[in-house]
Amino acid sequence: MIRLLAMRELRSLFAMPSTWFVLAALQFIFAWFFLARLDAFLEIQPQLAQLANPPGVTTMIAAPMFNTVALLLMMLIPLFTMRLVAEERRNQTFALLLSAPLSTRHIVLGKYTGLLIFMAVLITGMPLMLYTLALGTNIDQGLMLSNILGLLLLISSFVALGLYISSLTAQPIIAAIGALAVLLGLWLADISATTEDSPWHFISPLSHFQNFNNGLLDSSDAAFFVLFTAVFLVLTMKRLHNNLVYG
Amino acid sequence: MRRFGNQQVIHGVSLELRRGEVLGLLGHNGAGKSTTLQMLTGCLLPDSGEVDICGINLLHHPMQAKAYIGYLPETPPLYRELTVNDYLLFAARLRGMKSGAAAEALAQTRQRCGLDSVGKKSIGTLSKGYQQRVGIAQAIIHSPAVIVLDEPTVGLDPAQIREIRALIRELGDKHSVILSTHLLGEVESVCDRVEIMQQGKLIYGDTSANMKNYGDGKMTLEETFLEITENNANSRNRDPNSSESAGAAS
Repeated sequence: MIRLLAMRELRSLFAMPSTWFVLAALQFIFAWFFLARLDAFLEIQPQLAQLANPPGVTTMIAAPMFNTVALLLMMLIPLFTMRLVAEERRNQTFALLLSAPLSTRHIVLGKYTGLLIFMAVLITGMPLMLYTLALGTNIDQGLMLSNILGLLLLISSFVALGLYISSLTAQPIIAAIGALAVLLGLWLADISATTEDSPWHFISPLSHFQNFNNGLLDSSDAAFFVLFTAVFLVLTMKRLHNNLVYG
Repeated sequence: MRRFGNQQVIHGVSLELRRGEVLGLLGHNGAGKSTTLQMLTGCLLPDSGEVDICGINLLHHPMQAKAYIGYLPETPPLYRELTVNDYLLFAARLRGMKSGAAAEALAQTRQRCGLDSVGKKSIGTLSKGYQQRVGIAQAIIHSPAVIVLDEPTVGLDPAQIREIRALIRELGDKHSVILSTHLLGEVESVCDRVEIMQQGKLIYGDTSANMKNYGDGKMTLEETFLEITENNANSRNRDPNSSESAGAAS
């Protein structure tokens, strides 16, 4: 059932021209950024070569690129999550799911999985571009994998948050603005908090991504993402249930 | 019983739907017809009272009970970007049909609802009448025991109305159908039994043949309907204690 709902979500997404447009535009932005970083790297490479232990392409190109893409997705994911529940409410298609033999758990997990798969497809282009560097040099596999894993966890937490905010309203635009506001707010609070042990660092997903970005696999960061995702998925289920009670 | 805020919109409604019967739910705008149907299909939980579908309690075992329901809400729940075929297959699979059976059901339902020519079109491009038919197709594709239709013939042209009514009549032979409407002609042509709702209560219930003979038997259905609802509005001082909402089907 969860798979069926996820497939429906994907089918609807790919039936819209705007999805393909975003997909194409994003690949272009990835490529542009990748080439810009590569250029910069080649320019300073002679100087780097004189160092005793010079940073490689993965540190110089891949890591900053993952960091930028993380910020880009923070802006982009609300645009995709906004439709999940809010649009079903607005078009009154929700009755189909509510009157079908599904629990709210199925509905929430189905929608979440569908969008997560879509986002994974959306960003596959970027690691592939980075792996083309392997043709000319050695890639730090550990750093790459930790970045990919971190980015997936980050996406998963953003999607869960967006899904919850979408379930609060019947207006997709409000859902998008709400999710964007929360994500931007968390990010800004995180980067503006100067003290090392500020609580903002702890609750901001992007600050937990930094360790992954530097190639440091910390189980507490991973646990944070899993918890963050789980909390918002459970809240969404509660919210959909309350919807039945309060109309 | 169902409240929205302090307003009690449905109370003391007790409906029973027998197998192989078409029940018409009549009433003015805002009488609570749609709300009642939403509660019968699990889209809205009642504040108190019970709903049984084929002997299974909808509130305690929603998953099992909902498998027996096909529901067409007031606005057909259509994903406009999907094609008719994809959408109907999704609806069938959603109700737990295997993909092989769903494909068979799709062909049959498409033919029944006159959708053969539009199977590959996306739903958003169809006219209102066709969209309504897709909505009906979605409700019957898994041949549920209980079919709930909220104003099924809205937006259709006269020829289509006749086709759909014939379809509902045909469905009524094997399944139980409950439909809400404010078209009295619909009641006359398709319903076996009629329940009239006003301000959240059932005020009249009888077979549609008996309703035709209401009073001296010379009034039209329309006059009968108006008389029943007006009489009730005048003598509105009944005891509001009973607050059980029960819909037992088959």
